[in-house]
Amino acid sequence: MDFSAINPILLLASLMVAATPILLAAVGELVVERAGVLNLGVEGMMITGAVCGFIVAVGTNSPWLGFIGAAVGGALLSLLFGFLTQFLLSNQVATGLALTLFGLGLSALMGQGYIGIKAPSFPDWNIPLLGDIPVIGPIVFQHDPMVYVGLLIVAGTWAFLKYARAGLILRAVGENHEAAHALGYHVVRVRMLAIMFGGACAGLGGAYLSLVRVPQWTEGMTAGAGWIALAIVVFASWRPWRLLLGAYLFGGVTVLQLNLQAAGFAIPVEYLSMSPYLATIAVLVIMRTGRAPGSLGQSFHASR
Amino acid sequence: MMTMNRILAGAAVALGLATGAFADGHEKTKVGFVYVGPVGDGGWTYEHDQGRLAVEEHFGDAVETVYVESVPEGPDAERVMTQMALGGADLIFTTSFGYMDQTINVAGKFPDVKFEHATGFKQADNVSVYSARFYEGRAVQGHIAGQMTESNIIGYIASFPIPEVIRGINSAYLHAKEVNPDVEFKIVWAYTWFDPAKEAEAATVLIEQGADVILQHTDSTAPQAAAQAAGNVVTFGQASDMAEFAPFPRVSSIIDNWAPYYIARTQAVIDGTWESTSTWDGIAPGMVGIGEITDAVPAEVKASAEAMVESMRSGEYHPFTGPINKQDGSVWLSDGEVADDGTLAGMNFYVEGLTGDIPQ
Amino acid sequence: MIMLEKRPQPSRFWVLATPALAVVLTMFFGGLLFLALGKNPFETIRTIFLDPLFSEFAWYYRPQLLIKGAPLVLIAIGLSFGFRAGIWNIGAEGQYIVGAICGAAVGLAFYPLESFIIFPLMILAGALGGMLWAMIPGILRVKFGTNEILVSLMLVYVAEQLLASMALGALRNPDGMGFPGSRNLAQYPSAANLELISGSGMHWGVVTALIVVIFAYVTLSRHIFGFHVRLSGQSPRAARFAGVNPGRLILICMGLSGALAGLAGLFEVAGPAGQVSIDFNVGYGFTAIIVAFLGRLHPVGILLAGALMALTYIGGEIAQSNLGLPLAAIQLMQGMLLFFLLAVDVLTNYRVRFATGAAA
Repeated sequence: MDFSAINPILLLASLMVAATPILLAAVGELVVERAGVLNLGVEGMMITGAVCGFIVAVGTNSPWLGFIGAAVGGALLSLLFGFLTQFLLSNQVATGLALTLFGLGLSALMGQGYIGIKAPSFPDWNIPLLGDIPVIGPIVFQHDPMVYVGLLIVAGTWAFLKYARAGLILRAVGENHEAAHALGYHVVRVRMLAIMFGGACAGLGGAYLSLVRVPQWTEGMTAGAGWIALAIVVFASWRPWRLLLGAYLFGGVTVLQLNLQAAGFAIPVEYLSMSPYLATIAVLVIMRTGRAPGSLGQSFHASR
Repeated sequence: MMTMNRILAGAAVALGLATGAFADGHEKTKVGFVYVGPVGDGGWTYEHDQGRLAVEEHFGDAVETVYVESVPEGPDAERVMTQMALGGADLIFTTSFGYMDQTINVAGKFPDVKFEHATGFKQADNVSVYSARFYEGRAVQGHIAGQMTESNIIGYIASFPIPEVIRGINSAYLHAKEVNPDVEFKIVWAYTWFDPAKEAEAATVLIEQGADVILQHTDSTAPQAAAQAAGNVVTFGQASDMAEFAPFPRVSSIIDNWAPYYIARTQAVIDGTWESTSTWDGIAPGMVGIGEITDAVPAEVKASAEAMVESMRSGEYHPFTGPINKQDGSVWLSDGEVADDGTLAGMNFYVEGLTGDIPQ
Repeated sequence: MIMLEKRPQPSRFWVLATPALAVVLTMFFGGLLFLALGKNPFETIRTIFLDPLFSEFAWYYRPQLLIKGAPLVLIAIGLSFGFRAGIWNIGAEGQYIVGAICGAAVGLAFYPLESFIIFPLMILAGALGGMLWAMIPGILRVKFGTNEILVSLMLVYVAEQLLASMALGALRNPDGMGFPGSRNLAQYPSAANLELISGSGMHWGVVTALIVVIFAYVTLSRHIFGFHVRLSGQSPRAARFAGVNPGRLILICMGLSGALAGLAGLFEVAGPAGQVSIDFNVGYGFTAIIVAFLGRLHPVGILLAGALMALTYIGGEIAQSNLGLPLAAIQLMQGMLLFFLLAVDVLTNYRVRFATGAAA
């Protein structure tokens, strides 16, 4: 074994990239759940975003347009979930799971002609000056733009929930929809917007895989990332900054265990492979879960 | 159980599914394929489906092919095979190791339907087994990789610790070592055949730890992308050509080419000459394809690699030719001795020079 | 303006009519989808929904419905208790895996001894294994307030790693040529969960599932525990006044669902699947969540929902193989079916009113 082979600077830099798709999907789901809606269809929206983003990016030769296409695709699919759960009051857990199944099928059909094609390249930003700072520069300032977009969305979500009036309304709707309704807020409208935001973010997360990480379209390429995103939201106790912690913890342990393996560290591989999941559980036990939004998962019907 | 067998066998006969039914030329030969992944996986299943399409193209209207994708190993596979047999298939290819016992079970119930099981070892009167000697391709990779590396560190993304994968590691290592005695292998076990995110992370980690050549035994192109991002890292295509990453980082590839075999076996069924066989083909019959070696590889390395391919094609050279020691230093093959297929098929040890343990 | 008005009581008519309506809607829109893909919609719909039940080979498919549906029903019944009480065990897949590993380990430990006691011991071990795995999120929730959704989900991935490790290591078949996977339990008479009546599909798992449905029905409608479960879901405060200990209820519900998932895993590994292999689990644990809700968390509903899911799986396979339909189209249609089933449920609990002017 050879610890000197593990470069902590590069490790931290790569965990930022590794965490990005989960972070993007998770921040969307966080907003959805803060509005009181539990959408278990993140995986389905991610994979749909991945294929939509890929199709648009290949068609226009622009990764940026691809990401927009992915966000639109994810949001459109989430509308289906929103319509069923908000207007037809269907059970959210089951509808979310059905959405995942639907999304997997839809994406596979849409992507049929796109196998074996490479996405247009999406170069890293080496931010001048900041990128040259020793240690910090390579860790923080030499990534592709979507890493920063992800961080901006997290920061924006935090500010929105904490300071914006609309954010307050959203939280009120999530905490107690009867009371929010009594105060004259449009519960269903707020939730629909939140659901679409969640779909768009999941779409971006999926497209990060198909346009940056892999970058190619293959069926089922999200390989369960949506489920991890769901878990990270719970881990974060529905708070944006803890979301960052959760995604980096999960991504970090994943990268670290691969590093230990490559360095020949004598821990059986299967235990190393389990470590990201076990670490997430262990940290959550120590930090305790915060309280879930009061109306999470419940259907709302204005009975007057 | 016996009653079931008789009913099924009876049904097969009654419905005229026996081989004789199409000997008169009035019926199409029906060939079934059971896939473990989606046809759009761009790797293992994708290449098998390319083989199926080649069969369709080759025989035209004389043959009808059917397939079911993403069939889990276990009772689902057994049902799909039974259903294909009931539906009149004359020949069924089951394309995953995990279908082994199910293939044998179903074959027992349909003695007149021919089965071909990929990468397994259980044969029956109507069950053939076939596999590819991918380690021949790995030898070529090792040969090129050993000369391309400047850091002398080669990263290897392995999937599961099974003989197929271990054989590949050993073959690549032996031939890298041959041309570069200082070479070192860093192996990461991903415990997955296909998970782009994890593969990308594994590749990044290996690159960060100094590897400037990445070999992969997983199916996605994520490691290629990671290598491209790093800039000066060499990769090889796996399962499919991955030519979209040529000429660099992808400098060559191992391609699963099942088409010649599938066409030959279908022809045998049509001719009525099909027999239960055990096939383990390599470069020579074209089951293992070596993708174009790009100009990113120095001309003399390319030439020697191509010479190596030729010597394996002609049968002159076997990648596991002694002297080879096992990892613990004990002698495996003495000078000039060639590995027997039995040992290769069940290979569960590293050769001398590799570090670390095989996960158990 | 269309408005929904809550019914004082769920409509008895619509409880029965909505599933039929959903199936009809799915057939219509699914038909359009298949038409768009260039297939004959009538033939496709018939293949998926009717062929498994009424085609010439239905004698083979009908028993398969039992084999496919039993694990879904078994797991979903267990989950339904927790879901009613507001306890979210979404890690049944992991409990299914661990139950299978424990049960198989006990059986394999006795190999090749033959004794009538082995199978009952395996059943015990399977249930216990699943239960203990589910107790981890249960105890963490009770002792530390850790969210059980996260823990149970994360433990699925841990169980998958454990499964791979067992298939490659401790439980690997010593006579398996170094390939992963355990001995085939279905070929070890004392440990095998074979069909009780040949060709009927009835194995111990199916019998257990049916018993559990009856047991659950009685418990929920007649027993005090069922009352506590329902009360906790509707009003946790009222439940506390009624003397329900929330911690104990969590542990019982988690343990119960885990034990049933573990049983499902054991019956699967000892019979239809036969062996512990890397890809032993095929998502029953997740599909069962859908089945539980489709069945409205009611035992009889779950039984029917499980049968319907099994039907679309088997019919979907037939359509793939016979009509060349891609799996993706089948998944889309399954998603549609679920959407419609969930959507039309609104008619059961609400009356649709066409009002003018007044906004909701």
